[in-house]
Amino acid sequence: MNAPQTRNSSPSTADAGLVRESLAPEKTAGAKSAAQSGSADTIANGPAAAAILAAGIGCFAVGLFALAGDAFPAVARFFTFYKPTGALSGVTTSAIVVWLLSWFALSRQWGTKSVALGWVILVSSVLLALSLMLTFPPFMDLLQGK
Amino acid sequence: MEISFRDLMTVLHGMGFGALFMLAFSGAIAELYRMTAPGGPSVPSPREHRLLMVYLVAMVVLAWAAVFSGAYIVYPWYRAVPPAGLADLSSYPKSLLMSSRDTSGWHSLGMEWKEHVAWLAPISITMVAYVFGKYGPALARLRQIRHAVLAFTVVAFIATGVAGAFGAFLNKYAPVRGGTAIHLMTGE
Repeated sequence: MNAPQTRNSSPSTADAGLVRESLAPEKTAGAKSAAQSGSADTIANGPAAAAILAAGIGCFAVGLFALAGDAFPAVARFFTFYKPTGALSGVTTSAIVVWLLSWFALSRQWGTKSVALGWVILVSSVLLALSLMLTFPPFMDLLQGK
Repeated sequence: MEISFRDLMTVLHGMGFGALFMLAFSGAIAELYRMTAPGGPSVPSPREHRLLMVYLVAMVVLAWAAVFSGAYIVYPWYRAVPPAGLADLSSYPKSLLMSSRDTSGWHSLGMEWKEHVAWLAPISITMVAYVFGKYGPALARLRQIRHAVLAFTVVAFIATGVAGAFGAFLNKYAPVRGGTAIHLMTGE
């Protein structure tokens, strides 16, 4: 899969290929003050894209690690970070680490840029849907042939 | 009137954190939908934005408190392994449920779904709060981001609903009990 196209958010880069969402006419005092302060008429969507995609990755990691722990006893033992809680401790802690690391990495990559949001939201939505399915025990059992 | 320590912690996890988080969704979804609805999204004023930000941060705190208290305080009591040959399994909820084909589904479907799907909620609502805080009133004019934020909020709501509903049923069929008795008041 190709990486999303990114551009700097400086107004001078507003060329034809720039992927941004235009702002509608101002409606409130807060928005008016932003407009009056001479801010750019576009907003870099990179930070939001990074947060949304990382949330999708984090949710998917919960489902994937839960499936792996359920399917393989060795993985379940590996994920037992805290014995009273069992594999759930490692499954969720690892997923949180994956989520935060991916958020950090994506934010560094896209922090001041705008990206192709359609691609990011499609992938995030697929990951979110998969995470819902992977945490559903009958679907887990189906994947394992139980 | 007394309550056991484990009962108290279970109530704190389920009602104090989980149910309050669930209740807060009505306000969050209504406000986010109001901004997302086609035909004229309204831009919140800076004051409205600050209020919603405080609201969302409170939801984030409740969501993480609910999953961590569930996983690291209540769940170990629920899944504790009874000594071999013990006939009375009332202090071992998982084993009690699994001891009968009529109740085993509450664990194999209910608890196994609940213990994982619940974690989608804090991850999602943290992202929602961050995006809302980062973009402020301008979010009302970023259609794709608004829709994504709303979708994650709805999924978090569903995940919380699943976890909360099964939590309530599990506590009906195999309550987590025991620990020090806490005396609340003396009856007449």
